Amino acid sequence: MTFDIFLQHLTNGISLGSLYALIAIGYTMVYGILRLINFAHGDIFMMATYFGFFGVMTFGIPWYIVFPLVLVLTALLGMGVEATAYRPLRDAPKISILISAIGASFLLENLTTVLFGGVPKPFPTPEVFTDVVQVGTVSIQKLTFYIPVVTGICLAGLLYLINRTKTGMAMRAVSRDHETARVMGVNVDRTISLTFGIGSLLAAVGGIMWGMKFPQIAPLMGVMPGLKCFIAAVIGGIGNIGGAVVGGFILGIGEIMLVAFLPTLTGYRDAFAFVLLIVILLYKPTGIMGEKIAEKV
Amino acid sequence: MKRGFALLLAMMIVATLFATVGVQGANVIKIGVFEPMTGANAAGGQLEVEGIKLANKLYPTVLGSKVQLVIADNKSDKVEAATAAARLVEKEKVTAIIGSWGSSLSMAAGDIVKNGKVPTVGASCTNPLVTQGNEYYFRVCFIDPFQGTVMANYAFNKLKAKKAAIVQEVSNDYAVGLAKFFTDSFKKLTKDSNCIVEVANYNTGDQDFSAQLTNIKAKNPDVIFAPGNFTESALVISQARKLGIKTPIIGGDTWETQEFLDIGKAAVEGAVFSTFFATEKPITKESQKFLAAYRKDYKKEPAAVSALGYDAYILILDAIKRAKSTNTVKVRAQLARTKNFPGAAGMITLDENRNAVKDAVIKVVKDGKFTYMDTIHPF
Repeated sequence: MTFDIFLQHLTNGISLGSLYALIAIGYTMVYGILRLINFAHGDIFMMATYFGFFGVMTFGIPWYIVFPLVLVLTALLGMGVEATAYRPLRDAPKISILISAIGASFLLENLTTVLFGGVPKPFPTPEVFTDVVQVGTVSIQKLTFYIPVVTGICLAGLLYLINRTKTGMAMRAVSRDHETARVMGVNVDRTISLTFGIGSLLAAVGGIMWGMKFPQIAPLMGVMPGLKCFIAAVIGGIGNIGGAVVGGFILGIGEIMLVAFLPTLTGYRDAFAFVLLIVILLYKPTGIMGEKIAEKV
Repeated sequence: MKRGFALLLAMMIVATLFATVGVQGANVIKIGVFEPMTGANAAGGQLEVEGIKLANKLYPTVLGSKVQLVIADNKSDKVEAATAAARLVEKEKVTAIIGSWGSSLSMAAGDIVKNGKVPTVGASCTNPLVTQGNEYYFRVCFIDPFQGTVMANYAFNKLKAKKAAIVQEVSNDYAVGLAKFFTDSFKKLTKDSNCIVEVANYNTGDQDFSAQLTNIKAKNPDVIFAPGNFTESALVISQARKLGIKTPIIGGDTWETQEFLDIGKAAVEGAVFSTFFATEKPITKESQKFLAAYRKDYKKEPAAVSALGYDAYILILDAIKRAKSTNTVKVRAQLARTKNFPGAAGMITLDENRNAVKDAVIKVVKDGKFTYMDTIHPF
């Protein structure tokens, strides 16, 4: 393998990894604050791409209006899911909420299939994002530059929100102990709803980026990315936002390198992610950047 | 709230009851349609069903009874496919079955229709294993050894290719089969055992192929043969173009769906593949009848698989007519005797392995449309 080819593989890996990172941030944030694995995250991500599809393809609205609209709609959808599937179970055992999350995921998948059909649809991809730049012999899609930038902006915005604002303080308080937070005057329901809204907004950003990179959308498209981003979050230390980014890159680059150097193992590409998950859970269950303290029960 | 739910539930039960009565009341012959209506192969399945429904509309009766289509969704999934086929055979007690788009899905139903002794006619499943050793499986399309040979000849004679790379959907029997037959005949044509420079695999549902394609780019082949589902194939081609691979990319019949064009857009321009039927070349009287009716009903040009779905239906009806019975064993015996039957997608003669022997058509994507290029006769 020549150096050029290796560079191309590395570029591909970074491109995919930054996409995983972007989606994993939202996943890990919701977990970090609510200690809840939101299995519907991948499906909310899928819904965002459908909103984009209908806005641009069906109603013919220009993409620069549709994409912000998608963020708002998806955030509202996330808050809706929270209000119907999670809020009634707020004081129920953790396992009930987990089951409810899986139920919400199936509901979204099947609802989309019934409403929009199971046939894959094209995602609108503005040329400005998908153009290709040639650097020597390496071909790089402009998207490859944009995704890490978008990931960076989301990351910075999120860290600012959580660590520097009053809302963020409320979120951290709720994550500590929501009963005490309530006593201290934090509006717990609103804070949790907002957390879901922001998490879904991040899923929508990921969805739009994913849709532009792989312009094909289908009701079950969120399942694999959802699982992989969950794994990315666990590798980085679930709940740790910086860790999710690291995990995303490890997973993305790892996958590409597996296919690049061991082409015969291509069929085990998805298995690679799961093997990595098992190894992490066995040897470093808190993940690379996870908190050392054990979760309180 | 609770009362509302109870009322809703009661209404649903009543509605189900009525639905069942409606079906059992009439004197009907049931034909099962076993197709992916949802999932990765849904576009193909729905195209076939369009053709089947059209045939049912034009030929609604046989032996004086109404023909009722019972559609079972196999959800593009091998396990669901077995369940769907079992439902048609055991619960619906159909006289015959049509389907499925996708050789893997058809094979998943193989043993069920064989043990249930229900004759099944595949419309576009091209893998040889679908009908091999299964007396009850037939098909109205040609098979992959022929299709693979056609494409290898095209690559060698028309593109003057000496080195080829293969991108195959490794979890799809259709793609793997086609790739194998392409490889075999390409090796024979070039007389070079190293003519296949790279074999890249991917899984159904994968969306990122950049690593595989980068490896292929490094080997610089003259042609890339990429048989697979249209959804992944469209992404494979557009990602190849974005990586700067300018090599011609060729494939098989599954590409012929609107979604392939919608998803691949400018990238799939110039993609060449073999298929069954071209609307520019109606072959039989039945073709003209089919074309006119299809254009009127669906307001678009038919895909080859729609014509094949149509053919599978009229072939079954013809066999029931000749058998003068809905006994599945007798219908099977008549199906096996099909010779020079005029279908929408050409004359159908079934060989001893229950496969249709017919011409292949080569099409190219030109100006965002599938355009007829050439007709290839079998051997």
